Amino acid sequence: MDSNLQLWSIIGAAVAVSFGALGPALAEGRAIAAAMDGIARQPESVGPLSRTLFVGLAMIETMAIYCLVIALLLLYANPFVG
Amino acid sequence: MDAGPLAPDILFHLGPVPISRPVVTTWAIMVILVLGSWLGLRRARVHGGTFQTVLEIVVETLAQQMRDIIDRDPWPYLPLLGTLFVFLIFANLSTIVPGMRPPTGHIETPAVLAAIVFLSVHYFGIRSRGLLAYLRRYTRPNPLLLPLNLLSEITRTFSLMVRLFGNIMSHELVIAIVALLAGLFLPIPFMLLGILIGVIQAYIFTVLATVFVGAAIGGVESG
Repeated sequence: MDSNLQLWSIIGAAVAVSFGALGPALAEGRAIAAAMDGIARQPESVGPLSRTLFVGLAMIETMAIYCLVIALLLLYANPFVG
Repeated sequence: MDAGPLAPDILFHLGPVPISRPVVTTWAIMVILVLGSWLGLRRARVHGGTFQTVLEIVVETLAQQMRDIIDRDPWPYLPLLGTLFVFLIFANLSTIVPGMRPPTGHIETPAVLAAIVFLSVHYFGIRSRGLLAYLRRYTRPNPLLLPLNLLSEITRTFSLMVRLFGNIMSHELVIAIVALLAGLFLPIPFMLLGILIGVIQAYIFTVLATVFVGAAIGGVESG
C-alpha cells in the first residue's frame, strides 16, 4: 500500500512538472516574440520594454515554479508517505 | 543532497538554538557588505578614490532604475530596495564559491525577505498617503473587488517568496544531479547558467518590490 502511494507520488511529480512546463513555455515564447516585434518597430523603446518583459516573464515563470514546488512536496515532504 | 531540498541544514548548536547553514552564510555576506561599505566610505571625499567611485556608480545606477519605475524621488526607498538587490546578488552568487550554498536556496531566507517587502510596502504606502487614503486603495475600482485585492496582497507575497526559492533551489538540485551523473567537467556550463539565473532573480525580486512600493505610494499601477 505504502509503496503504491510512493509510486503514484513519483508519477504525479513527473506529470506536474511536465505539464506545468508546457503552458509557461508557450506563454513565454509568445511574450518574447511580442517584445521582439516591439523592439524591431521601435528600437528606442528597448529599455522600458525589456524591463516590462523581465517582470512579465517572472510572473509567467511563477506558474512553472509552483508546479516544481508541488512536485518537490510530493517527492520529499509528502504528508501521506512515511 | 541527502535530506532533500526542504529539510533544514543544521551546522551547530548555540546553546539550545540550532544554527543552520543559511544563517551562517547570511551573516558572512552581511559582514562583507558592511565592511566593504565602511572601508569604501570611511574617508569619503568629493573626488574619491577608485573604490568610492565604484560604490557611487552602483548606488546611482540603482537610483536611476528606481526613478524610471516609480516615477518619483527614489531616495526614501533606496536604502531598503538597494540593499535588497545587493544582498540578493551576493547571496545568489555565493554558490560559485566552493563549499558555500546560497542561503536563498532554503525556504526560510526568501520567506523573510518577502515578509520584509510585504510589511515595508504598507509602511511606505501609509507614510506617503495617510492611513485612510491608503486603505481606500483597496476599494478601487469597485468595493466589490475588496476580497480580490486582499487576496492579491497575499498571493503576490507568496509568489515573490516561491519564485526566488524555486529558481535557486532547483538550480542547486540540477547541479547536484549533473555532478552525480557526469562527475567533473559537465556541471561547469550549468554553473555559468546559475550565475545568470542568480543575477536575473535578484533583479526581478528587486524590480517587483519596487513596483509594489510604487503601487502603494501611488506612482504606478499595481502589478
